[in-house]
Amino acid sequence: MDSRTDLMSLPAETSEGTASRPLLEVQDLTVEFATRRGIVRAVQNVNITVAKGETLGIVGESGSGKSVTSYAVMRILDRAGRIAQGSIAFSGLDLQTVPESEMRDMRGREMSMIFQNPRAALNPIRKVGRQIEDVLLQHAQVDSGAVSERAIETLEQVRIARPRERYHAYPFELSGGMCQRVVIALALACRPQLLIADEPTTGLDVTTQKAVMDLVVELTRERGMSAILITHDLGLAAAYCDRVMVMEKGHVVEDAASGTIFKNPSHAYTRKLMRATPRPGVSLRGLLPEQEQPRADQTKTVRRTSSSTASDALLVVEQLVKEYPRKDIPTSLGKIFSRKPPVETETFRAVDGISFSIAHGESVGLVGESGCGKSTTSMMVMRLIDKTSGLITFAGDDIGEIPARSFATLPSRKKIQMVFQDPTDSLNPRFTAARAIADPLLRLGGLGRGEVRSRCEELAMQVGLPLEFLDRFPHQLSGGQKARVGIARAIALKPDLVILDEPTAALDVSVQAVVLNLLQDLKDSLGMSYLFVSHDLNVVRLLCDRVIVMQTGKIVEQGPTERVMEAPEASYTRDLLAAIPHPPL
Amino acid sequence: MLATLGKRLVTVIPTLIGVVIVTFLLTRVLPGDPAVYFAGPAATPQSIADIRKSLGLDRPLPEQFARYVNDLAHGNLGNSLSTGRPVATEITSRLPASAELTLLGLILSLVIALPLGILAAVKQGSWIDHTCRVVATAGVSLPVFFTGLLLVYVFYFQLGWSPAPIGRLDAFATAPPQITGFYLFDSLLTGNFETFRAAFSQLILPALTLGIFSLAPITRMTRASMLAVLASDFVRTARASGLDNRTVILTYAFRNAMLPVVTTLGMVFSFLLGANVLVEKVFAWPGIGSYAVEALLQSDFAPVQGFVLTMAVLYVALNLLIDMLYGVIDPRVRLEG
Repeated sequence: MDSRTDLMSLPAETSEGTASRPLLEVQDLTVEFATRRGIVRAVQNVNITVAKGETLGIVGESGSGKSVTSYAVMRILDRAGRIAQGSIAFSGLDLQTVPESEMRDMRGREMSMIFQNPRAALNPIRKVGRQIEDVLLQHAQVDSGAVSERAIETLEQVRIARPRERYHAYPFELSGGMCQRVVIALALACRPQLLIADEPTTGLDVTTQKAVMDLVVELTRERGMSAILITHDLGLAAAYCDRVMVMEKGHVVEDAASGTIFKNPSHAYTRKLMRATPRPGVSLRGLLPEQEQPRADQTKTVRRTSSSTASDALLVVEQLVKEYPRKDIPTSLGKIFSRKPPVETETFRAVDGISFSIAHGESVGLVGESGCGKSTTSMMVMRLIDKTSGLITFAGDDIGEIPARSFATLPSRKKIQMVFQDPTDSLNPRFTAARAIADPLLRLGGLGRGEVRSRCEELAMQVGLPLEFLDRFPHQLSGGQKARVGIARAIALKPDLVILDEPTAALDVSVQAVVLNLLQDLKDSLGMSYLFVSHDLNVVRLLCDRVIVMQTGKIVEQGPTERVMEAPEASYTRDLLAAIPHPPL
Repeated sequence: MLATLGKRLVTVIPTLIGVVIVTFLLTRVLPGDPAVYFAGPAATPQSIADIRKSLGLDRPLPEQFARYVNDLAHGNLGNSLSTGRPVATEITSRLPASAELTLLGLILSLVIALPLGILAAVKQGSWIDHTCRVVATAGVSLPVFFTGLLLVYVFYFQLGWSPAPIGRLDAFATAPPQITGFYLFDSLLTGNFETFRAAFSQLILPALTLGIFSLAPITRMTRASMLAVLASDFVRTARASGLDNRTVILTYAFRNAMLPVVTTLGMVFSFLLGANVLVEKVFAWPGIGSYAVEALLQSDFAPVQGFVLTMAVLYVALNLLIDMLYGVIDPRVRLEG
């Protein structure tokens, strides 16, 4: 943190001399898309200025036009999109008058971009070193004899350990964070003046996010570059940017220094976004807009009843282990490790002897970074995969002994249900909302056709899905509505335990706020227990009574949420908490 | 790579054993009794029984099978009943003829189909895209015998550019010594350019006929696969880093789009090799497809068995080759193999 605050004071000095002319000046930009339903204006009358050495954050929810704006600047809009109006000036050069061949030379050399989903952003069948070379050679940065040395140097600059070996790696052999470093290396290889980062850390773990963002900021500051950070995370933008611009439905609603925007947001939408962002010291109800607040006394009583019943255990997990056969190490990775004597274990322990319990009506958070075994644990508890050893006792029954294959038809199946991570992918695209909700009822509910429909309507009302949406298909529903369908399906059979696998990770913050509140209400009214799997500690803090922290298949800490968050015992928990971006307050 | 190849070869063995059993049984359940057929219309039951005995058809099936396998092990595929010639010799002379024709046809097709498919995808919705669709649809809608006859009519009968469609070589040329069995290769290897020219002029029309037919699957697959890849994130990254169109389209997009194209190629090749009887008939081509059909019509089971077995082995070899090719194209496949 300290090193970054030092760096933050730098740009003021470096940009002073040339502050008269901004590096990027977008005026009155309007971008249109030709769609089947006519022309859609994705961006309307947007003005952006980025000074030399300045870092600008563009914050908005999905559909706000923040990515489209950046594509327009780079002139990489897809076929259907066009700049309808406005001007884009880069170093005083009007980009709309520049011919495409010249524009191509500028991309990567003068301005470049980092994308979300780094693994997909790299050519899957080309060595990462070669991909960096392609960019270097394209922009004639080095002659072909020295190019591989330069590529290795570039990898070194983005802190990739053993760059000489990693040069030969393919993207699938690298972790997500490592891939993002390679993408950053690609973007910065030719030392451009402007870097646009489009959701660069979405889908990465918090600690990786911090490392990646610190690297981006450090490199851009070091080189006196300007940067635009596009994100849905207001906290991230405020922590890393000099100035923040908030976009809503194609319009810029607010543009201010990041300190100011957090202290006194002037626009209602900014305030709504800020309210909805989970952060320390805020209750679940506090995320909702003011006018939708339930009366305070109601929530208080509800909270208390849920904790008073938390005495006898519903689920007990003891010494649970899941082993997978170790896959052959790919040859190039094999080379990397060949210096050390190879570790000859034939199996890989994804879950390594963990024990915990969940009481009736209790909600327990399971947190950790990707690969820590939290999903494997939830799949075993859900009885979708078989354990290697250990005990899973649910309501007194040893369900761990039942093979996953035959569990689906047993009555216990009704009692453990799941809400999946991606609300879109977890719905059959050819099923209407009603059919999706009815699916478990038809399989295990033992209801007649007429009863199924009325139960669906009842469930839709419970999850706040308007009844007219029941006959729509997933693509006709918004993300929040799809999440409601997924939740209705999970609670259709009145389960005792619901496993929530990052249920809000794919949702915008304002929708997330509503869905989290809905989950809390349902738990209180139906008396269910939750196992909430998440990597977002701020969300876990809001919804869970207790929290379990996992690292490399083991539990490193568990306890009441407040205690773990306020006074973490394990150093790993402290690292996780420290990695959450802290807005300057 | 070699270890993977070895492993794959081992897995091929059960397939081949299965193929041998199936081809043996298949010819036994086919309608028509070869003994009756060869005894002729005036045969007595006694002569039919004699023929059956001389063919070994009166023995129990397991014994017949054992003899069949034993013959196979000695490279003996039996003799054709109608011509009396060994099946193995026939196949070794006819298979290269078909393979040469199919290969050249595919090469011609690829030369047109790949650029056309790539262009159609890159300029989606343009006139090139529409041309591509029309050409491909027309090529696959016209029956091969019609295309073949049309080509013969235009280039032999009307223009007189190509020689008469009477097989692999005209009457004045002599066949090159058999090295690979491909006349084009063999004539070049022996430096006989006159034969090369003669063979090539005979080959070009039937090859073109096949090429026109196989244009459609290859073009369509290239286009569809390119479209999917061009919409992917890494192509956007390549564009955003200012790589030129050539690099983006060929090095980034096309190499990634090649897997389904290679699969289609393999399928088209193996299909054409055995199934282009009509083209072989039109051009009097001494290929393997027409040989098999004639044998089948006469209940001549040894050539049919030999044909099915040869084709099966070829398919297996081809699949192996395609799998290895996958590994060359995509490093992720190498890992799984």
